[in-house]
Amino acid sequence: MEAVNVKDRSRTDTSSPLRHIGEGLRDGTPIALGYFAVAFSLGIIAKKAGLTAPLGFFSSFFTRASAGEYGVYTLVAIHATYVELIAMCLVTNLRYMLMSAALSQKLAPATSWFHRLLMACCITDEIFGISVSRTGYTPPAYTYSAALISSLFWASGCAIGIVAGGMLPTSIVSALSVALYGMFLAIIVPPARRDRNVLYALIASFFLSGICAVAPIVSQWSRGTRTILLTILISSVVAWLRPVKKRESNGTE
Amino acid sequence: MEQNSPILYILLAILVTNLIRVLPMMLIKGPIRNTFLRSFLYYVPYVTLAVMTFPAIIETTLTPLAGVIALVVGLIAAWYGLGLFPVALICCIIVYLIDTLLPML
Repeated sequence: MEAVNVKDRSRTDTSSPLRHIGEGLRDGTPIALGYFAVAFSLGIIAKKAGLTAPLGFFSSFFTRASAGEYGVYTLVAIHATYVELIAMCLVTNLRYMLMSAALSQKLAPATSWFHRLLMACCITDEIFGISVSRTGYTPPAYTYSAALISSLFWASGCAIGIVAGGMLPTSIVSALSVALYGMFLAIIVPPARRDRNVLYALIASFFLSGICAVAPIVSQWSRGTRTILLTILISSVVAWLRPVKKRESNGTE
Repeated sequence: MEQNSPILYILLAILVTNLIRVLPMMLIKGPIRNTFLRSFLYYVPYVTLAVMTFPAIIETTLTPLAGVIALVVGLIAAWYGLGLFPVALICCIIVYLIDTLLPML
């Protein structure tokens, strides 16, 4: 009897990959819808740069970076140099380095290099957000399925935007583009309710981000640059003032 | 002189963007012990998402008011534990209604 109980308890940790895929698809769907709207407007820019719909699909499926792709397409349009293109990719996507470092802490120690590589490639702001905010180690199947469905919508949105850009009414495009932000709120607010330090971090982020959008010099910088600098600044200060105590993230105080 | 084809640009962008993603993951093996670094990485996701949400949510809608109301209602809905999809849907509906109704007033 005792032995059975122990076995049962250990089994809850290695729950089936099918369930993780289901959860990934469930959480990936609102992301996919938001992506579709954003990618659609991105497609309109890609068209100006001379991309065909298949090329837009290919490019978006394998890049998956909103600000980064926006930057790339504007550079393609003006036939910029390859050095400029590389610099643009580095600056607009630098935050993925931080996210990759953070996500590395959410993988079970025994995870193979292949899964580490693939998990890293899945990183976008949103996929990272839902993957890192899970309790305990993040199962790769969860991240893969969420990344797959959202990338398909992202790439299709871009391709359809190239073909049909400007045919949807602006009110619908505007409404769809907010889906992303609604989703962000659903990711960041519940942890803030549980952990007061996260709440402080969020209030500081909203406040400083708002100021930087209107402040004289800072508001001239690109949104990507501001995001990186504010993230490093605010996270450092909060980490210094309110260090996280050594405890595995199981939600108990 | 050089023939800058969109395909070469795009292959380069794909390569660089994914290298940025992969490098830290492959270099960091095992758990980080340093308390500051651990805390920093703990706060990074929340701070990034918050910074990206505000004020962008107000700037993407046709009228800023729609974004403000979507933000406030979204915050309340998320506080009371609604999931990703419901909160996203509520925000979309609010923005659509305000953006289409407001010009009629």
